[in-house]
Amino acid sequence: MSRDSVFWWLPRGLLLGLFAFFVFGPLVNLVLWSVAEAWFWPNRLPSQYGFRFWERVFRPQGQAMESLWLSIWIASLTTLLCLAVSVPAAWALAKARLRWRAAILLLFLLPQAFPNLPVYINVARIFFTFDLNGTVAGVVLVHAAHGLVYSIWIATAAFAAVEEDVELAARNMGAGPLTAFRTVTLPLAAPGIAASAVFVFLESLDEFTASYFVGAPEVRTLPLLLFSAAAGGNMQIAAITALILLVPSVLFMLLVERFLRAEVLAKVGR
Amino acid sequence: MLPYLLVAPALFVVGAFFLVPLGFSVVGAFEGPAGPTLDNLGRAFGLYRTDLLFTLVIVAASTLLTGLGAIAIGGYLTLGRNRTAVRMLAAMYRWPLFIPFIVAAQAMRGFIGQNGLMNNTLIWIGLMPQEWAQSFLDWRGIVITFVWKQLPFATLLVAGAMAALDRSGIEAAQNLGAGRLRILLGIVLPQVARNVMVALVLSFVTMMSVLSVPLMISGQSPTMLTVAMAWRINSLGDYGTANALGLVSCVLTGLVAWIWLRQAAQERGGRGQGGGAT
Repeated sequence: MSRDSVFWWLPRGLLLGLFAFFVFGPLVNLVLWSVAEAWFWPNRLPSQYGFRFWERVFRPQGQAMESLWLSIWIASLTTLLCLAVSVPAAWALAKARLRWRAAILLLFLLPQAFPNLPVYINVARIFFTFDLNGTVAGVVLVHAAHGLVYSIWIATAAFAAVEEDVELAARNMGAGPLTAFRTVTLPLAAPGIAASAVFVFLESLDEFTASYFVGAPEVRTLPLLLFSAAAGGNMQIAAITALILLVPSVLFMLLVERFLRAEVLAKVGR
Repeated sequence: MLPYLLVAPALFVVGAFFLVPLGFSVVGAFEGPAGPTLDNLGRAFGLYRTDLLFTLVIVAASTLLTGLGAIAIGGYLTLGRNRTAVRMLAAMYRWPLFIPFIVAAQAMRGFIGQNGLMNNTLIWIGLMPQEWAQSFLDWRGIVITFVWKQLPFATLLVAGAMAALDRSGIEAAQNLGAGRLRILLGIVLPQVARNVMVALVLSFVTMMSVLSVPLMISGQSPTMLTVAMAWRINSLGDYGTANALGLVSCVLTGLVAWIWLRQAAQERGGRGQGGGAT
């Protein structure tokens, strides 16, 4: 009997359907809440649909827009800071023969390998003495320490994937080391570096715990707004804020393979 | 000299904004009003023993379920015979990959509540009577949210390792008439065990430090250590006990990582010997 027969699709379809329900159910729930103007028990679905809450969120002077721009601003600054320190570091880690290379690479992984909350509360305590608590700069610095693992590891892999012959060719044609880097190595590594920048940007955009301890209540990023809306029982505003955060995450998930070439991926962490 | 100078700024960022505060957290755990003390640790264990156990059970259960799910999905993606079904599964499992925990928590909150979309759908299809509807907004909700969020990440690592395997072993076993489950458990899994462990250790650490999910899914006591720490800071300004709790969670994750490293080292040693024998 063929495995492609209708009979085999019964258990297969059932399992796939169940899995789809598990994966997409919560997301459908978010979408429903965002357009539900009235959803009370015992109604299984909203009894009234509309975009009233969307209008409220996207009102130009509304709190959500303010939080959205602030979050984007913080994520951009974090990305810039990470790239500024990572590009030189990654080049050195990929091309120069550093003695402590493995240990240095591992060091950048540490913020992902330890429970972060105890670190954040002490960052907040230290920042308090430097007046950095509740400032954009403070939040950017903490986000950057956490995002560096992506920018360093991926950018190092991207530089390592640039073959030495190409750089040597440029040098042989009379280019100085800096010119060779600027015109040959950097452009070739650029797609990988761009991918790492997206990782850092998303990590900062989505970050909750550090912002909660270091930024709140003065710096109100989108995740903090989502949290307070949810805590205040405002399901619609919370759902819409969650959807705004969801869109870039899902887009990146769908596109990440195009960003990161296999040659670069194979060298990550090496 | 130059290469080290190029690495220095990046090292400074990690040092100043991660390593130094981490050091503060360890020192702070032993800091009292009158010099070094063990009071903080005593208070942490005395007051939060249940929360500690609760955290361990939740994170261990979530890690286990994530591992089982990742092996099952990865196994089907590698050994599945129907290409349409494999493609459908591959397109579905990744969706939550980059979705932040706080969004996952908000999405789950409405989904698994007593009158949430999950119960409502099951009742509507007729799979469940109305009376059975119960709220999962407790420890089970935290586990469900953690698994939902971590499964894509673990599966990506595990399925990637499975796809990179040499297929000749699998084909040989298939020709000898071995079932797919036996091939998965006997041939595929032992070769990717290390990748499974990496995925699970990273998931374990991540879940240990999530604050938003326990805060939003289940407010009642007992709760997770992260919530206890946040409460100690925000409501009482008690850094000593909070840092002691932080130290406990760091030591716990350190232990897990150490067990993993030891096992990985043993395995590598064993494999080396095996290679020598043949």
